Order: sequence, then structure tokens, then C-alpha cells
Amino acid sequence: MSTNAAPLVELRDLQKSFGGIKAVDHVNIDLKAGEVVGVLGHNGAGKSVLMKMLSGALQRDGGDIYINGEKAVINNPRDARRYNIETIYQTLALADNLDASSNLFLGREMVSATGLLDDNAMEAETRKIMHRLNPNFRRFHTPVSGLSGGQRQSVAIARAVYFNAKILIMDEPTAALGPHETQMVADLIQELKRSGIGIFLIDHDVHQVKNLCDRANVMKNGQLVGTVEVDKVSSDDLLGMIIAGKNPPSAIPGPGALA
Amino acid sequence: MTDTSTTASAPAKPRNIIASLELDTRLLGMIGAFIVICLVFNILTGGLLDGRFLTPRNIFNLTIQTASVAIMATGMVFIIVTRHIDLSVGSLLATCSAMMAMTQTVVTPEWLGLGLNHPATAPIAIGVGVLTGVLIGAFHGWIVGYLGVPAFIVTLGGLLVWRNVAWYLTTGQTIGPLDHNFTLFGGIDGTLGPTLSWGFGLIAVALAFYAMWRGRANKGAHEFPVKPLWAEAVLGALVAIAILGFVAILNAYEIPGPRLERLFEARGEVMPEGYTSGYGIPYSVLLLIAVAVVMTVVAQRTRLGRYIFATGGNPDAAELSGINTRLLTVKVFAIMGALCGLAGLVASARLSFHSNDIGTLDELRVIAAAVIGGTALSGGLGTIYGAILGALIMQSLQSGMAMVGVDAPFQNIVVGAVLVVAVLIDIIYRKRTGAKV
Repeated sequence: MSTNAAPLVELRDLQKSFGGIKAVDHVNIDLKAGEVVGVLGHNGAGKSVLMKMLSGALQRDGGDIYINGEKAVINNPRDARRYNIETIYQTLALADNLDASSNLFLGREMVSATGLLDDNAMEAETRKIMHRLNPNFRRFHTPVSGLSGGQRQSVAIARAVYFNAKILIMDEPTAALGPHETQMVADLIQELKRSGIGIFLIDHDVHQVKNLCDRANVMKNGQLVGTVEVDKVSSDDLLGMIIAGKNPPSAIPGPGALA
Repeated sequence: MTDTSTTASAPAKPRNIIASLELDTRLLGMIGAFIVICLVFNILTGGLLDGRFLTPRNIFNLTIQTASVAIMATGMVFIIVTRHIDLSVGSLLATCSAMMAMTQTVVTPEWLGLGLNHPATAPIAIGVGVLTGVLIGAFHGWIVGYLGVPAFIVTLGGLLVWRNVAWYLTTGQTIGPLDHNFTLFGGIDGTLGPTLSWGFGLIAVALAFYAMWRGRANKGAHEFPVKPLWAEAVLGALVAIAILGFVAILNAYEIPGPRLERLFEARGEVMPEGYTSGYGIPYSVLLLIAVAVVMTVVAQRTRLGRYIFATGGNPDAAELSGINTRLLTVKVFAIMGALCGLAGLVASARLSFHSNDIGTLDELRVIAAAVIGGTALSGGLGTIYGAILGALIMQSLQSGMAMVGVDAPFQNIVVGAVLVVAVLIDIIYRKRTGAKV
């Protein structure tokens, strides 16, 4: 990867307030292709709000987003999709009453020549992508409300991967999963990373972040505490940043937080 | 929620007959309940074999009495699936009916100078009625979707507003008689006749077979498992028997002799000795069938339908998937309005005049039909055929009790209790089968 190319994503000076509360306060974060960047912090630190501005679910009050060095216009989820930004929300954003393929193609259905939905073609595509991501998955005709947490997660991830996500935002992807399924998702993240996708990983779990991320950004009270390369800090350093807002010596100075 | 993925590879359940046929067990339950109701009323009106309930005449009447409510119930499915409600449909029907009645008694003869029973009168009136419904429905949907007023409130207001707009339009008078071609949609005065009914039945069977064959071929092309051939054959035979049986029953209801003679006289002919003829399928029922087919295709095979169900299942997910849920609300209420226009056509044509109280309490019948038909008020679940069957069950109960001689108050008490019990059974069934309630 050439080092002088513009980063995949540059979040610059992003701001968002709800009433008098500054949920995100002048935050700068970067993401490169093939990189997993963690966004950490307590509940209410502003992680999800920050990511929702990138995914178009929330409109920002100020600041700019650059994709591949160019200023991006993202005002709603449809805009974000045009930049190949896909989001896996903590709630998974699945319609529980629909089956896997209806959810995978929701908003981007395949239609036949008659203009009617081509459910068979969508199911065939779903079977292909699910075979790659979760070979044990068999329940293609069950509403996703009947699936296990890991199965639901794999449907949500398949949705992002199928549509050629270049930028993937994962909001606590393993929070509701058991150890076996957590490992499955971790393997999946490694595979996506190898294929050159840039991933923002929102997480509480410091060990998870140490395992999966290249760099980590810590937020507290809506502000960016600092950015670190996870190899160069200990779990305790990260906890110190989250709890006390105290940067270790190796923290990368902003703005942009890229070395 | 379990935290293992082993359930994914659970062995396939042993297949029984119903599983092989891939029939909806809920639908079977409803059809079973409907058959029981019919048999009980038949026994109570004279005995299992010679009762008065399951006669061609009564079945014919049931279908034309159900048509208006059933047409609206299909639209109510979409409304309730998207987690809304529409309390204004009875009043909206009245306003559409008033618009259609005034169009054909004032606008076309006096403003446009079209003569009595001019062929253009009925299409113009129907167009005006449906357009009225679409505009009012879209207006409701806009207030709900874009201004964020709960549908319950918007349509509760609409219930009062449109009932009295209808009153104002007609100055409270009964408007009639209506155009001859218009009243053909009322039921007994407009039927296909035996020959065309058989033709319609055969075409319907052919289309059903074609759809089944296409579905099978399409699945085969993707190498998905298909039903065993015998199951396909049994299903096809059931469909053919149902369609042709329905046509046969409606054809078996014979037009009375004097009425036939008048029909021949009107054409300047003499009726041959011993000539008899059946009514066949009423136009109002044809309209209901057309509405049912279109609404089913919309629900199952179009983006609009997929988005309606996705929004009902998880509004946030739908929004995040890029679906414009506000515009969707407008569309759903506009469809409901259009169907109120069509229902107004059937209802006023059946009376052959517009009356001030037309459609009163229809909102409750329509909601009850949709809910008995399996539409969940929590959203995301419901079927078009279920709602129509629900309307049929309600109407059968009502007219069956009237035939048996149950007092009017008890009729309503029973219908109300049935509504609650039906939903209770549905909830228990869904809990048993593990589906989300």
C-alpha cells in the first residue's frame, strides 16, 4: 500500500449536539484500506453517534468527511451506500419478519424482466454468500426472528459484504454472541480485512480490540482522547484512556491522528 | 436467542402430507373454521343435507354481501402491517359514494349534457370516486407520515370529517336512482351469466396451473428443491375443484322465470318454452377477485410490498436500508383510499342509490376482517387472502344468525366475541409455533 495516497476515510472536525449536550465534539479520525480501526469508550462517549454521521443515519452539525481524499456528501443512508459504506448496527437492523435473503437485499431487491421481485435469484445469491461466510447456515426460509444471534450476525455481515462494502462500520458485532460465534465473527473480520476493506470497529471489549484492530481511537464525553497503535500499548493503557482520559506516551497526536 | 449455531444443521423434520403440499396451516385452520360455521348453520336451518344456508341462493348472496368489506379489508392489511390503523374507511366510503352519486346525477347530465344511462357516465363516476379516495387517503398518509400525527388520531378525525363531508355534498338526501351501468356492480343485477362464468373459471384454472408450472420451473432453474410431483398434482386438483365448484354453485342459482321473461322482452325476443338460466359470477365478485389478485401480487412480488412488510417488521431497519418510510405511509393510505372508492361503488350500486348512512360502522367490520384473517396489530404479519376469508367468516356469522332467527343484539354480541376469540387462538397458535406475536 502506498503511504502517500489519501486515507480511505478522513473524519474532520465532526460535531453533533443533542439539545445542549455535545455528543460528538470536534472529532478527527482516519481509516486506511485493509485496516481495522477501533473506536472505544464508555456508553455515551459518542462512538455510535460518530459512526452514524458516517453511515448517514444522523446528519452532522459541522465538520467534513473525505473519502479517498475527496469531500463526500452524506446526508442519509442512501448517500452512504453510494460511497460503498455499509453499516452493521448493534441492533443489526434486520426486519425480523422477513427471511435471510429478503433482509440481505432489503432496499436493493433483484427484479426479473417483468419488474416483479425475483425471489429465487435473490435466494440463490444469498446461498452463495452465506456458504462463504457461514457454511453451516441452512435456514433460508425462516424469518430471521427464528435465527440464533450468530446466524443473525452473519446475515447482517453478508448484507454488507455482498454489496461490495469498501468501508464497513461494525457496532459491537460480538456483544450478543457466545464464545464460539465470537470467534466466527473475528475470523470473518480478518478475512474482510485481507480483501482490502477498511473497517471501523466500535467495541467495549479491550481484548477484542487488541486482537482485531490495527489502531484504536478512544472517546470520552464526545471528545477524542487519543489514537494509539494497539501493538504499542497494553490493555491497561487502553483502559486508562477510556476511564481517565489519559493518553500513554506512544499516543499519536492529532488532527487526523495518522502517524 | 441461543448462542450456538448448531440449530442451523438440525435434521429436516419428517415430512407429512401437509408439509409436502407446503400449505399454510393457518389458512387451513381458517378454512376449517369457515366450513364448520357453514355446516352448523346449514344444520340449524333445516338439516345437514337440506338446510337453507348452503344453497346456491344463499352462497350467492353471501358473496355479494361480503364484496364491499372484503375489498377494503385487503387495503387494511397493508395499513395494519405497517403498524397503522384506519378508522375512517366507512366514512371515506360514504364520501366516495357521494362523489360518485353526485357525479352521475348532477355533473354528467347537467354539466356535460350526457343523457340517461350514457355509456361514459359510469366510467366517469367510478374514476371520480376512486380519485377522491386516493387523494383523501394520500392526505391522511401525508399527515401520518410527514407530520407525525398518529394514524389513530388522523383517521378518528377523518371518521367524523368525511362522514359529514358526504352529508354536505348530498345535503343529507338519498341520491338515486343511479346509472344503469353503474348499478351492474351491485350484485344481482350484474352477473356474467353461466357461459361466461364457465369461461372465466377455466381461464382462472389455466392461469393457476401456469403459475404453478412457472414457479416449479423457476425453482428448478436455480436447482432448489421442488415439491414432489404428486403433491403438485393434488394441489392443482384442489385449486381446480375450488374454482370450478365456486362457478358451478353461482351458476346453479337460477334466475326466476318472470325475470327471465322480462329480460327477453327487453331484447324484443320471446323466451323459449322451458328456458332456464343461472346468474353466474356477479361483477362485484369479479371486482373483488381482481383486487385480491393485484393486492396479493403487490404484497408478495413487488418492492412496494416487500417494503411494507419490512417497515412493519422493523421500521428502523427499513429506514436504515434506504427505504423512504414516510412516502411509503402515503402510498399505503392512498391504496386504502382507492379501495374505499371501489367499495363505495359496490355498496351504492347494490342499493342502487347513495344514502346518508352508507358504510356506517364498516371501519369496524373491515378491521375485524383483517384481524380475524391473521393480520397482527403489532405489524409485519398479514395476508390478503386471510383478510378476505375473515370478511367472509364475519358475513357468514351475521347472515347465518339472521337466518336462524337470533335476535339482533345477540348477533352483534356473538360477532364481537368471535373477534376476540379468533385473535386469542391466533396468539396461542403463534406462541406454539414459535413465531413472533
